[in-house]
Amino acid sequence: MNYWPFLGIAVVVIGFVLRFNPVIVVFAALITTGLSALLSPIELLAAIGTAFLKTRSLPLILFLPLAIIGLLERHGLKQQAQQLITRIKSATVGRLLITYLAVRELSAALGLTSLGGHPQMVRPLIAPMAEALAEQQTKLTEAQRERVKALAAATDNVGLFFGEDVFVAFGAVVLMHTVLVESGIAVDPLHIALWGLPTAFAAFVLHSVRLYRFDRQLTRSRR
Amino acid sequence: MISSTSLYPVLGLILLVVAWLIAADRQHPSRWSSSTFWALYGLIFLIGDWLPPALIGAFVLLMALVAGTGRLKRPVEPAVELTASNSGRWLFGPALLLPVVTLLGAVLVSQIPELAAVIDPSSATLVCLGLACAIAFGWTLLLTKESPVQGVREQQRLLEAMGFAVILPQLLAVLGLLFNQSGVGKGIAELVSQLPLLDSPLIAVVLYCSAMALFTVIMGNAFAAFPVITAGIGIPILMGVHQANPAVVAAIGMFCGYCGTLMTPMAANFNLVPALLLGLRDQHAVIRAQLGTALPLLFINMLLMYQLAF
Repeated sequence: MNYWPFLGIAVVVIGFVLRFNPVIVVFAALITTGLSALLSPIELLAAIGTAFLKTRSLPLILFLPLAIIGLLERHGLKQQAQQLITRIKSATVGRLLITYLAVRELSAALGLTSLGGHPQMVRPLIAPMAEALAEQQTKLTEAQRERVKALAAATDNVGLFFGEDVFVAFGAVVLMHTVLVESGIAVDPLHIALWGLPTAFAAFVLHSVRLYRFDRQLTRSRR
Repeated sequence: MISSTSLYPVLGLILLVVAWLIAADRQHPSRWSSSTFWALYGLIFLIGDWLPPALIGAFVLLMALVAGTGRLKRPVEPAVELTASNSGRWLFGPALLLPVVTLLGAVLVSQIPELAAVIDPSSATLVCLGLACAIAFGWTLLLTKESPVQGVREQQRLLEAMGFAVILPQLLAVLGLLFNQSGVGKGIAELVSQLPLLDSPLIAVVLYCSAMALFTVIMGNAFAAFPVITAGIGIPILMGVHQANPAVVAAIGMFCGYCGTLMTPMAANFNLVPALLLGLRDQHAVIRAQLGTALPLLFINMLLMYQLAF
């Protein structure tokens, strides 16, 4: 067994701990891993190239909606979203984000994972709405403003992650099933999905409580 | 058959136009490095399949160097001057059409066999996203009375707002694949399997759950951690020695990995890209906002697994 490729992991850990630019860290890790796996430079380049071609669908999701979102923003989508949400008298940051968490997690649990996302939903709609509501609740400091936006993004992630695994046809369930079956363990994919429910529920409650507490802190900081 | 690969040339052309727009902008602070970066990215999407892989690899390393050394500066943004428009509430139309058409399309493809013969079901969501984008783009142009070139300018503005992080998700995926190829996963499984047999189920649960989270933090992806850690600890010790319920161990184990995903800069597309998209000063702000959920949840997962699996 050749343990040298572990050097690549060491490079990643050290690089992130020392807070080097992440792209440079990954660049260094790629070269370390390749060379320690005894690839020739040309083989390494070819391996990187092939892998890059294989993963082209990743930026696709991120890049494609940008032109539309950008145009809509230039014509005032954010302002529209803020006007709309601040008209609702009972709306607060906490309530907005908890509602979004519920919608995101439930729809992901039904397999509808594309109903959300950072470029399409959080940047043009959810984050500006949250910011406008927070501004109503208190005079926002710069740190609080950052926190509100970061929580909007975090809420999208939490909802997506802990919802999607409950959907039986989702890739993660298929992966778990395959790994177990390959090791000779018979298991029903439906059971894997169902046993995800307690954690999915716990994630919703935990994150909601945090959002609720943040909301109260904001309102209190007005005085 | 239409699959997600059919969209690559389209995105390739868009990125080449972005490169051209940057090259034509004399005021751009990193005119040549930025436009080279986007031209290479565009070429990889447009004709990548016909180029030798080693050349693509060289392109990728060059792009990483450009991005990693801070040569993707963005032009000073004239504080997004809003164009007055009477479209008002209609602006929500294209924004909401995106997810709705994507969803509807994906559901239809999975239900109607005739459609599944035209659109590759395995990448139906991506194809439908592309379709939704095309429709929404047309609608947006009608609403805002802008030219398609202005659309690409907006694309450029948002791409440049992401800075170096724009290439990070894909670069990390490449690293993950390379780790696999060079046997890192197997090596870890072998190391873990040499741990002394764990007599207490509680300790085995704690070890499995923390290993899933920790390895996900390193790899940035729970899908990479799951096969390795489950083969190393989950199957031989939890399911083997302690007779734990496999469905419970798998389901909750994967969620422990997701707790790791919430805490790591290696999961760039979920953690770093949004921070930059939202213009946050601290690129780790999203991770910070997630720690308070991820850490307690990891602990809850251990309790749940211990209660439910035996």
